[in-house]
Amino acid sequence: MAFSRADTSVLGRWWWTVDRWTLGALLILIGFGYVMMLAASPAVAERIGASSRHMFFIKQVAYLAMAALLMVSVSLLSVRGVRRLALLGFTAALVLTAATLVVGVEIKGARRWLPIPALSLQPSEFLKPFFAVVAAWLIAEGKAPGSKVWGATIALVLYLTIAAILKGQPDIGMLIVISAVFFAQFFVAGMNLFLVGAVGGIGVAGAVAAYFMFPHVQSRVQRFLDPSSGDSYQVSVALEAFANGGLLGRGPGEGRVKNVLPDAHADFVFAVAAEEYGMVLCLVIIALFAYVVVRGLMRLLGESDLFVMLAGTGLLTQFGLQAFVNMGSTLHLIPTKGMTLPFVSYGGSSVLAIAIGMGMLLALTRRRTGTRAGEDADPAAPAVPAGGLR
Amino acid sequence: MTHIPPHTPVAAPAPHSAPADAPMLRRPAMPADPPRAVVRVTQPDLMRRAILDKTRGRLVIAAFGFATLFGAVALKLAMATVIHPAEPRRAVALSRPPAPPAEAPVARATVTDRNGEILAVSLPLTALYANPRQIENAPEAADRLRRVLPELDRERLIQRLSGERQFAYIARALTPRQVAQVNTLGIPGLYFEEAERRFFPQGRTAAHIIGGVDVDGNGIAGVERSFDQRLRAQPNERLRLSLDIRVQLALREAVQRAIDEFNGIGGAGVVMDVNTGEVLSMVSLPDYDANDVGAATNDQRFNRVTVGVYEPGSTFKLLTASMALENGLQPWQGYDASRPISVGRFTINDYRGKGRWLALPEILAYSSNLASAHMAAAVGVNRHRDFLQRMGMTARLRIEIPETALPLVPSQRTWRELNTMTIGFGHGISVTPLHVATAGATIANGGILRQPTILAVPPGTQREGTRVISERTSEIMRRMMRLVVTDGSGRGADVPGYFVGGKTGTAQKTGPRGGYLENKRIAAFIGAFPMYAPRYAVYVMVDEPKPNARSHGFATAGWVAAPAAGMVISRIAPILGMLPEPVTPEITRAITMPMNGRGIPGYNPPAAAPATRPAAPARPSGQPAAAAPQREASLVPR
Repeated sequence: MAFSRADTSVLGRWWWTVDRWTLGALLILIGFGYVMMLAASPAVAERIGASSRHMFFIKQVAYLAMAALLMVSVSLLSVRGVRRLALLGFTAALVLTAATLVVGVEIKGARRWLPIPALSLQPSEFLKPFFAVVAAWLIAEGKAPGSKVWGATIALVLYLTIAAILKGQPDIGMLIVISAVFFAQFFVAGMNLFLVGAVGGIGVAGAVAAYFMFPHVQSRVQRFLDPSSGDSYQVSVALEAFANGGLLGRGPGEGRVKNVLPDAHADFVFAVAAEEYGMVLCLVIIALFAYVVVRGLMRLLGESDLFVMLAGTGLLTQFGLQAFVNMGSTLHLIPTKGMTLPFVSYGGSSVLAIAIGMGMLLALTRRRTGTRAGEDADPAAPAVPAGGLR
Repeated sequence: MTHIPPHTPVAAPAPHSAPADAPMLRRPAMPADPPRAVVRVTQPDLMRRAILDKTRGRLVIAAFGFATLFGAVALKLAMATVIHPAEPRRAVALSRPPAPPAEAPVARATVTDRNGEILAVSLPLTALYANPRQIENAPEAADRLRRVLPELDRERLIQRLSGERQFAYIARALTPRQVAQVNTLGIPGLYFEEAERRFFPQGRTAAHIIGGVDVDGNGIAGVERSFDQRLRAQPNERLRLSLDIRVQLALREAVQRAIDEFNGIGGAGVVMDVNTGEVLSMVSLPDYDANDVGAATNDQRFNRVTVGVYEPGSTFKLLTASMALENGLQPWQGYDASRPISVGRFTINDYRGKGRWLALPEILAYSSNLASAHMAAAVGVNRHRDFLQRMGMTARLRIEIPETALPLVPSQRTWRELNTMTIGFGHGISVTPLHVATAGATIANGGILRQPTILAVPPGTQREGTRVISERTSEIMRRMMRLVVTDGSGRGADVPGYFVGGKTGTAQKTGPRGGYLENKRIAAFIGAFPMYAPRYAVYVMVDEPKPNARSHGFATAGWVAAPAAGMVISRIAPILGMLPEPVTPEITRAITMPMNGRGIPGYNPPAAAPATRPAAPARPSGQPAAAAPQREASLVPR
């Protein structure tokens, strides 16, 4: 793209203010998503007897194109625009998520999807980024000196509502991500360390309780600790795929794990990538995720708006955590937890939601003319009283 | 929950606040309880800055946290891929077929001859199949495929590559080179399948015995069919046949030569171990390539040895003579052969007959139909039929291949004296060559009938058999068989040092309407060697031999089959480990017999014959009783 510095059109301003390095990394990830769908999805489509081998692939290409467009469009928004979008989106997503309990289609024992023609929508995916931004706004609002809004309390109430809905679906994985993001935001907002410890303790206690209360959690953890104790078929096959791939991989199309793993195109796409393209390309993928997350967090240091910092933290945490859990599960680093690899795994809702989230991140981290640390050009910014620094 | 009430005085800034915030460091420390006027301006700002500082600290921690997590993932990735990879059991099994081990695991057992030579073996091969639903452009794929496999028909290939099916075989047997070439084409939707194919390395040499398999590897003929279950059930156990492929080759060549020489339309041959009933060789010509059963004509597939039923002709006189001996005839007795026999509208005559009374050895040596007819009639219809039944001549042989035939024998109701007379010299009955060979082996081996077998008999085991004729009869028969070869019609079969004995047989072929066909004959020889202790029976037959100059216009067994049998014996005896024996007095004593049947060593030799002899077997119609004494005298000088 070539825009003059003097270009003051919307796109021109966007080009010179957006974080182009992060944008580039995200677009590369979308490109990998395209390549991996080409590799993994025909085999899966054939195995489940889809009408066309390319069913998944064509769908996902459309989703990826939409995702790229959506991400760039959202990143054009101003901070206020992001907040409005998030509020609207959060409300809609919350209602739709609640609706799944009533009208959702049951797939594999969980009601997470809404039956919309041509695509099955998983509204809770969209809840994640929108809630991260809304919660950031509420916390920042509450923390603003002189604020009389009990932001954190409202955020907590919203969180508990979401938790109740997700537990009803049930979608514990999603609940864990949202909880972790929410916790990360409070942590970054300066939650005192005693509380951090306490929440951490509650988290550990909750995990232990879940271990003893839910048999499937228990069996999954046991299988993680001792793979021979039970059916750890998917992870064993995935590990063999990594071994088979080696340093440089078997070559495009030469992977075999995609023919046997039910979730080769979704949760285990990383193993497919490893088998066909080897360790080097997987390291590139990891590096891209790490780059986006760590660079994003470090860039937030330069921000002066607590809302931006918290929202960015939430979005990046969600992005990074999801990538970590997915790759960690596939690599047998942590117990198996079905989670998509952002942009790379198959799944329309997931890709679009991540695109919205990253779009909002890009929008929030755009350099705003005349703003520096300690200043905020956004008139809607609630924190600074108008005459404060005059 | 960490909501900071707005009016709480702010304590000193966090000691670890980010150094980036330079302006803050320059500010003077705040008093614990500053005057309100000042605070109102600065406190919110300072609070905000304090919060941001804390946030920045936490952000750094979070960034470190994520860096650690991704670092761990990268480390685990390196472990899983390069440093300590898992044993890729499933992945490897999926990625490529295992290399064929030394002894390829096939689903069908190998068949070998008695020495372990492979007659039939299943080899792993690669079959090519297509999933037509995955082929985007069938004509293009077909054209590209035909560059590697030009033998495929284009139209048929396109038809197989298109449609909604998910599976279609393209080629059943690809060589590794072809597999690589097809792979290089990179046509999606083509797949390889590990298959196996039956190979018959001996080609046509033993085709009728082995039989063959269809395209799916099911036995459809011969041993492949009769042992189909066994070959599948124990794929790693070789099936060892009694066949000796070297003998098979020699026999096939000799029979082929005889056929070529006399312009025959076919031929047959059998070599059998007389003591075990093992078939060492069995040849039916014309034959076919077992690797390509589909291309064989019906005539080629027809196994003349086990399915062809022919009138045995004079070879059957061995049975008649044995029967007569069993029923009390002495070797020096005989029958008149001076006048044709007329029964109803039939007339029995001799071929180049002597026109006089013949002693038993002469009857065989000169192959007298008349005397044989008298001999059989003297035994009687019932005893004749019973004897042939005991000899197995009226039933299907129980050899282990599915292709066997029931002999054509007159029923009990229609079997009259005339039948007995004609059957006595081998007409009016049709049996397979294997029947004749089995009978020859039985007569030579001391009189024990063993069903022929195609399976190798482990050394040292005695196969079950039925005694059908006495040891004495067998011995006399051996001498007479030897006599036929030394002094009779079977001279062509003799091989110095192997003491061959046997009997020729020329039979007129019967036409479709039952009448005999002029100049269409079956020329056969059944023999055994060495006659002092027979080990192998040899049968050679030529179907419809035509006379030629070298045979002086003859197409009889003595000219056609006997020399072929001699050639077989001269070639297979050394293969079977037998050295030519010099003629010793012991051997001579054991196997010779004068034409008049007198003076056999070890038997009561009425050298100066009393006049009482020939009464017993003679029929009232025959005159031998009266004529005998003079004839004997006249025969001696021969």
